[in-house]
Amino acid sequence: MSVLVPAPAASGRTMKIQIENFSLQYQDGTETLRNINLEIVANAVTVLFGPAGGGKSSLLRCLNRLNDLADVQNRSGRILLDGQDIFDPKADVIGLRRKVGMVFARPVVLPMSIRQNLTYGLELAGENRKSRLDEAISRSLKQAALWEEVHDRLDDPAIALSGGQQQRLCLARSLALQPDVILLDEPTSGLDPISTGKVEASLQELKKDYTIILVPHSVQQAARTADYAAFFLQGELIEFGDGKTLFTTPKQKKTEDYITGRFG
Amino acid sequence: MEKNLSLGEFIITRLVKASGYSAIVFVTLIFYFLLREGLPTLGEVELENLLSTRWYPIESYFGILPLISGSLIVTIGAALIAVPFGLGTAIFIAEIAPRWAREILKPLVELLGGLPSVVLGFLGILVLSPNLRILLNLPTGLTAFTGSLLLGAIAVPTVVSIAEDALDSVPRSYRDAALALGATRWQTIWRVTLPAARSGVLTAIMLGVGRAIGETMTVMMVTGNAPVLATSLSALFSPVRTMTATIAAEMGEVASGSIHYHTLFFIGMVLFIISLAVNITASSVVFRQKKRAERVLS
Amino acid sequence: MNRNLVQRLGFGLLSFMALLTVLPIILVIIFIVVQGGSVISVEFITGFPFGGMRSGGIWPAIVGTFYLTLGTAIFSVPLGVAAAIYLSEYASDNGLTRLIRLAIINLSGIPSVVYGLFGLGLFVFFLQFGTSILSASLTLSIMTLPVIISTSEEALRAVPQAFRTVSISVGATRWQTIRRIVLPEALPGIITGVILGLERAAGETAPILFTGAAFFLPRLPGSPFDATMALPYHLFVISTQVPEMPIQIQYGTALVLITFVLAMNLIANYVRSRARARRQW
Repeated sequence: MSVLVPAPAASGRTMKIQIENFSLQYQDGTETLRNINLEIVANAVTVLFGPAGGGKSSLLRCLNRLNDLADVQNRSGRILLDGQDIFDPKADVIGLRRKVGMVFARPVVLPMSIRQNLTYGLELAGENRKSRLDEAISRSLKQAALWEEVHDRLDDPAIALSGGQQQRLCLARSLALQPDVILLDEPTSGLDPISTGKVEASLQELKKDYTIILVPHSVQQAARTADYAAFFLQGELIEFGDGKTLFTTPKQKKTEDYITGRFG
Repeated sequence: MEKNLSLGEFIITRLVKASGYSAIVFVTLIFYFLLREGLPTLGEVELENLLSTRWYPIESYFGILPLISGSLIVTIGAALIAVPFGLGTAIFIAEIAPRWAREILKPLVELLGGLPSVVLGFLGILVLSPNLRILLNLPTGLTAFTGSLLLGAIAVPTVVSIAEDALDSVPRSYRDAALALGATRWQTIWRVTLPAARSGVLTAIMLGVGRAIGETMTVMMVTGNAPVLATSLSALFSPVRTMTATIAAEMGEVASGSIHYHTLFFIGMVLFIISLAVNITASSVVFRQKKRAERVLS
Repeated sequence: MNRNLVQRLGFGLLSFMALLTVLPIILVIIFIVVQGGSVISVEFITGFPFGGMRSGGIWPAIVGTFYLTLGTAIFSVPLGVAAAIYLSEYASDNGLTRLIRLAIINLSGIPSVVYGLFGLGLFVFFLQFGTSILSASLTLSIMTLPVIISTSEEALRAVPQAFRTVSISVGATRWQTIRRIVLPEALPGIITGVILGLERAAGETAPILFTGAAFFLPRLPGSPFDATMALPYHLFVISTQVPEMPIQIQYGTALVLITFVLAMNLIANYVRSRARARRQW
C-alpha cells in the first residue's frame, strides 16, 4: 500500500535531489525503506521527521553513500543528484561525499586541533595552499557562527571546546569543503537550548547557499525550521509537502496524530 | 595524481590483507615442516620400538613413552599448583581485593609472566632443588616435583589473567541480585559469579595447562633428565624427562636427516598436535563469548 | 553468624593464596639483585668472557640479544600490525576471519621448542640461512606475531567508530582514514603490545637453541648470517654446561637479563598509562 505523495508546490525552484522508487533493506533486517519517492528543492531546508526507526537516518546516509559501510542487503530505485545517479557503478563516491556534507547527532570532533579539523577534508582532496586553507577556515567558521569564539585559538585541541561549539565546528568542517548539500542528523540532540538556537539560526542563513536536509530531534524543531517536510513512519513516506501547510493542516491522519502528540 | 593515489591504496590494501592471512600460512607451514621431518620416523623406527619404554637413541632405542609420561607427570603436578593458586588469585583480584591491592597485584602477576623461563630454571638449580633435596630427604633435588613447582609458577599468570577477565565480565547485576537476596559475598562468589564465568575459567585452566606442557627450558634444567617410565606416584619425586626437554637437549647434537633427528621432529609433531587440540578446544569454548576470544591472546 | 565466619575464613584463605603467588616474584627479583649486584661493573657489561667463560664479561651476549630483538622487531612489527589492521578494519565476520583467529590462537599456544624445530627445518636447512641471527630472528618473529596482532587489534578497536565515520564522510578513503586517524590514535596501545611481544622474544631460549645461538664467540657477529651469543642462552650455558662456574657471574648474568626484560615491561606499562591519562575519548 503506497500512499500517493503530492509533489510540493515548487514552481520555479530547482530540484537538487530526486529520490525515485527507493527501497533499502539491511542484512540484520532492522530498518528498511520502502518505495520512497521524494524531491528535494535546492536552497531550502527539507526536514525528514517521524518516530525513531522510521528510516529517516538511513535515507540520509544513503544520500552521501555513507551506508556503503553498513551491511545493506537489498537496494533498489534511484537517487539522482543534479540529474546523476549516485549509485551508478562509475560514480565517484569520494567526490559525492565532498559534495554532500554531513553533521552527526553527537558532535564528533577528530582528535586534532580546531584548524586541522577544518582542513582535514581539504587536504585529503589535495588542497595544500595555505591561503586557500586559511580562507576556508575563516569562511566556514563564520558561516557556522563560531568564528568569534575560536579565531584566536585555532591550534587548540578541538576536544577542549564545549558541546555546542564542537557541533558548530562539525558543521564548519563540512562547510569547509564547500559542498552543495548538507545533511544534518539530529544535530542538536545533545545541545542546550542556546546552542540549539545558534545552530538553527545558522541553518536559515546557510540555505541561501546550500541545500539542507535535516532530521530534527523534535516535532517542534521540525516545525520551526522546515521549508519542506516529509513524515516517515516505519520505512514509508507518509506525507510530504511544504512546511507551513504540513504542520498546520496535515492531509494524513497518521501525520496529524504524530504532530499532535498522540504517538511517537 | 589521483590515479597514483588509488594505485598506492590498492597495493597497501592488498598487503594488509595478505598480512591478515599470514597466521594461517604460518600454522600450515609449521605443521608441514613437522610432518616433513617427523613422519619418516614411522618408516625408520618400528612401532614397537617407538611405543616402548626405553629411550636410548645411541643404541637405537626410540621409545617415547617415558618422555610422554614425564611430560604428563610434570604437567599434572604443575596444574595441581597453578589451578588453585591461579584461580584463587584471580578471584581475590576480581572480587575481593581493594582497588590499591589490585593495582599492585596485577602488574606483579604480569611481571611473573614476563620472567624468562631460563631465569626460573637457573634459580631452580641453584636455590630450589638443593633445599628440596634436604627438605624431602631425596637423593637428588632435580625431580619432576621441582619441575612442577616452577612450571606451576609459569602457568599461574596465564590462568590468572584469563580467569580474572572472565570473572570481570560477569555483569554487576548478577552479584547485586544475589546480595539483595541476602547471600554473603562469599556465597555470591561460589554460587553466582564463578558459575557464570565457568567457560572462561575452564579456558583459563586449559590454556594454563597448555602453557605448562609446552614449557622447555625450565623443565630441561631442573627435572634431572632421566627418561624413565613413570609407573607410580613416587615418580613425582624422582628425575624424569619431558618431550620438550628431550628435543631441546638432543637436537643440537644429532646429524640432520638421521633417524634420531626425524624422531625428535616426530616428538615435536606430537607436541604440536597436543597444543592444537588444547587451543581449539579452549577457543571453541571462548568463541561463544566473543569478546573474550580476543583477550585470550594478550 | 556462621556464614560470616565462613566468609572471613574464605577471604583469608584467598588473600593468603594471592600473597603466596606474588610474594615469590618480589623475593626472586630482590634475591637476584642482591646476589648479582656485586659483579655488575663496566668490565662485566662491556667485556668479553674468557677463561672458559669463568671470567670476564658478557658483552657479546648483550649485543646478541639486542640484535635478535631488533631482528625480531623488523619482521614481526610490520607484519603483526598489518594483520591487526586487517582484522580490525577490513575483515568481515565470516568463516575465513574465524579461521584466521583460530590460527592466531594456535600460534600463541605452540611450544617454544617446536618453533625452534620449525626454524631449524625452514630457515636453517630449507632456506639455507644457516645457524644465524637471521634464522633465529625469523623464528622469534613468528612466535611473537600472535602477541603483537592481538594487542594491536585491541588498540585499533578501541578507537571510536565515530572517528572513522566522520573521516569517511568528508571524503577520506578507508586507508586514508586508517593512516591519518585510526593508527595515530591506536599508536600507544600498539607500541605497548609490540614491546610486550619483544620482551617475550628477548627472554626466550628454546626457539634460538638450534637456529642461531652460539655457545661461545670470541668476537661480535659481523652480519645477519653469523650465529650469536644471547643472554638467556648464555645463562643456560653457564648454569648447566660449564663446570665450576663462579656463582656470582651466573647471578650477574641473570640480573642483566631480567633488567633487560623488566625494563621493557616498565616502558610498555609507562606508555600505556601515559596514553590512558592523555586520551581524549
